Amino acid sequence: MTDPGDSDGKVEISFSVNGQRKTVRAYPMERLLDVLRCRLQLTGAKEGCGEGECGSCAVLMDGLLVNSCLVPVLQAEGSKILTIEGIAEGETLHVLQKAFLEFGGAQCGICTPGMILAALHLLNGHAEPTTEQIQEGLAGNLCRCTGYSQIIEAVAEAAHRRTTS
Amino acid sequence: MNHESIVGHSVPRKEGRDKVTGRSQYVDDMVLPNMLFGATVRSQIPRGRITKIKFSPGIPWDQFVIVSAKDIPGKNCISLIGDDQPCLANELINHPEEPILLLAHPDRHILPKAVESVKIEYDPLPAIFTIEESERRSEIVWGEDNIFKTYLIEKGDVDAIWVKADHIVEGQYTTGAQEQLYIENNGMIAQFDDACGITVWGSLQCPYYIHKALMALCSLPAEKVRVVQMETGGAFGGKEEYPSMIAAHAALLAIKSGKPVKIIYDRMEDMAATTKRHPSRTRHRTAVTKDGKILGGEIEFTIDGGAYLTLSPVVLSRGAIHAGGPYYWPSVRIHAKALATNAPPHGAFRGFGAPQSLFALERHMDRIAQVVGLSSVEIRRRNFLQPGQTTTTEQVIREPINLEKLLDHALELSDYHSKKQRFANENRLGNIRHGMGIATFLHGAGFTGSGERYLSSVVGVEGCADGSVRVLVSSTEFGQGTKTVLSQIAAEALALPYEYVSMAQPDTLKVPNSGPTVASRTVMVVGKLVQSAALGIRQTLISSNLLAETYTAEEFRAACQRYVAEHGEFRSRARYEAPPDIFWDDVKYRGEAYAAFAWAVYIAEVTVDLTTYSVSVDDFVALQEVGKVLHPLLAKGQIIGGVAQAIGFSLYEKVVWQNGRMQNCQMTNYIMPTPSDLPPIRVFFEELGNVHGAYGAKGIGELPMDGPAPAIVNAVEDALGVSFDFIPLLPEDIMDWLAASSEKNDVIPAGGVR
Repeated sequence: MTDPGDSDGKVEISFSVNGQRKTVRAYPMERLLDVLRCRLQLTGAKEGCGEGECGSCAVLMDGLLVNSCLVPVLQAEGSKILTIEGIAEGETLHVLQKAFLEFGGAQCGICTPGMILAALHLLNGHAEPTTEQIQEGLAGNLCRCTGYSQIIEAVAEAAHRRTTS
Repeated sequence: MNHESIVGHSVPRKEGRDKVTGRSQYVDDMVLPNMLFGATVRSQIPRGRITKIKFSPGIPWDQFVIVSAKDIPGKNCISLIGDDQPCLANELINHPEEPILLLAHPDRHILPKAVESVKIEYDPLPAIFTIEESERRSEIVWGEDNIFKTYLIEKGDVDAIWVKADHIVEGQYTTGAQEQLYIENNGMIAQFDDACGITVWGSLQCPYYIHKALMALCSLPAEKVRVVQMETGGAFGGKEEYPSMIAAHAALLAIKSGKPVKIIYDRMEDMAATTKRHPSRTRHRTAVTKDGKILGGEIEFTIDGGAYLTLSPVVLSRGAIHAGGPYYWPSVRIHAKALATNAPPHGAFRGFGAPQSLFALERHMDRIAQVVGLSSVEIRRRNFLQPGQTTTTEQVIREPINLEKLLDHALELSDYHSKKQRFANENRLGNIRHGMGIATFLHGAGFTGSGERYLSSVVGVEGCADGSVRVLVSSTEFGQGTKTVLSQIAAEALALPYEYVSMAQPDTLKVPNSGPTVASRTVMVVGKLVQSAALGIRQTLISSNLLAETYTAEEFRAACQRYVAEHGEFRSRARYEAPPDIFWDDVKYRGEAYAAFAWAVYIAEVTVDLTTYSVSVDDFVALQEVGKVLHPLLAKGQIIGGVAQAIGFSLYEKVVWQNGRMQNCQMTNYIMPTPSDLPPIRVFFEELGNVHGAYGAKGIGELPMDGPAPAIVNAVEDALGVSFDFIPLLPEDIMDWLAASSEKNDVIPAGGVR
């Protein structure tokens, strides 16, 4: 972080997004969500409620699941951010993305990016989660279309495929 | 030709890959050069006259584009059924959150403060907020009598049955407002120039509703208004009519500023200002024999429409027609009434009046059972509609539906009888009570009565230059699977692989009007048209001698390429034609209300904890007959999602009103189900063929909203022995009721009530 006293109040903030180093000039209290969407054109993270209830804006920050609508960008200085755009390897979908497609985990798709990141965070901590652990792991993410069953099935299947492949 | 059936298989969702990679473009993801951001200044009072508008200092007002009612080029209304709802209030205010002024600025972050800095002074008028206040007519807030619409459905001689009745059973049932709570808030972008006119891109269900509204508002001809649907993050009816308002606002700002304007609501504005499910009150008075046979009854179905007409007459109609449910009524009189209050207008929401009237009916059936001394199962069994009998509108049931068989199957799947017996024994002790509840119901697919005839929907199928096929419809995808299922139908009709078919983006400049994406009509009605338009493509290629009667996909591709090379544009269109045997009388409200009904039996198992007064649903069986299931995975997803939304409607989602304004317009205090709140929702389909839909499919989208609420509240009654006749049913309601009951010694809970 440099020139904190810049006249327009903006500061330079650097962090890594999906493995690429990025430097942005932004107001320190700007929401990470807005910086990702508007300054870095990473529009996969969505705003659903703006108060950390719905999880549509979820990203991983240094491996932790955060609601990017609640993170001032200043806090991201020096961190490693992973967004939905960084999950697949080229055109090869991540095992979670494949399972969401196969099991009907995405309907309208607006909660899907956050849901997949929450699921990834869960699988990073629990290789073979129980249904209760999946429900708990996704409890910060709201979906109005699916009633969650097909999402939970997708996450269980992805976990299974990861441990058996 | 070696073609495997595509319908009936769970092919990949057409736009699925974009959704799981975050590439899908929703309206807020779209940016145009020099774009401004728009915001809406809204009324703070429920009713009154605007006396003064002041712009407080401290805001650089000269940088803002400001639009008022005076800037509207055409008619100041959101044209739909009636033209009573202004786009911007000019003088009179009829509900809180009514739009008054529009602001636009290049920096979206300055807008909230600017909106707050517009001070509006009012001369308040008395306002009304409930069905009862509206009925009393102490204040007339709409028309001459506060009545938006009434219907009277009459069958047989109801007045003659009361003397023949062994029992007369009465009840009153109410349901609350419910927010659709799609996770993507409403949003629109508009752009204007003299040559092309107005273009809007947005989150929406019905492109041609917006098209109509913008033509009237802007005084523009059809070709100068263009509406494009972006990927839409959930709708559930909530993006049926209100997007016309937002598109109108964005358009006005774009016209005045000469720049593109984006309006995106935040969650609080979306919840407070846009439509919700109509609150309702239903009264039943039913004559039954000692054997539990319904002789007839009077049903009074009343909904609160809010301040303007919007879609209330249509919601009322569907609610009234569904009020008799899947039972045979030898005689019935249904009075239906939509009333005005000073709440923001209520509107479309999955089920569209039917969840309200069916909640009442299915609670009432349990009440009748108790009075007669029959079980919940038996009372339904004895009154089910049979093929050849008529509904309340005297529609003859022609399908070979066997509701008793459906009921028996659901009882078996839920292990109903043994659980019911076990719970009856266990419930004598302790603070944990269990119960089982049933709801049997139906849902009509497609527009009501003459509706489809008036809509006269058109679809197109295009043979493309590369030999693939594209479906042209204004029917929109918002999660339910429109793109996937209509592609399946076209592929099936043409005996082509699913991958050969693509869907055009809904854009009024490029696709015909296939009608609104509502009323569980897309697969059944639009799907059938896609099927016939696709067959038109095939027929043209065959009659041009480019293709044999049987062909491979590659042969089709080559033939299609050649046709386009020789003739240019290659399109086949199909227009809706009403089946000849469908008769409907709009005046008497009698006849074939729907081309097909879906039928269902839902069974809920609940636990009520008398320490916390909370109700949890432990198991849920959803068994339905929806004709041919074209895509099992999507169909199952529709049912589970609908049941989940209906569990919210029953047990969680309470809109708290104060002077017509929603007080809890946040996800923090308006509670929808989370992943941990839902039981296993077990979905089962029985398939009967249907002659009207594509490949035998009927409508499915709304059905699962109808049954869960009564099944759950019936189960709560089974657990506690207390009858609740309203939803949402919250823990505090159960606490109050049980406390009051134990004071009166009506109920003595075993574990005591604290």
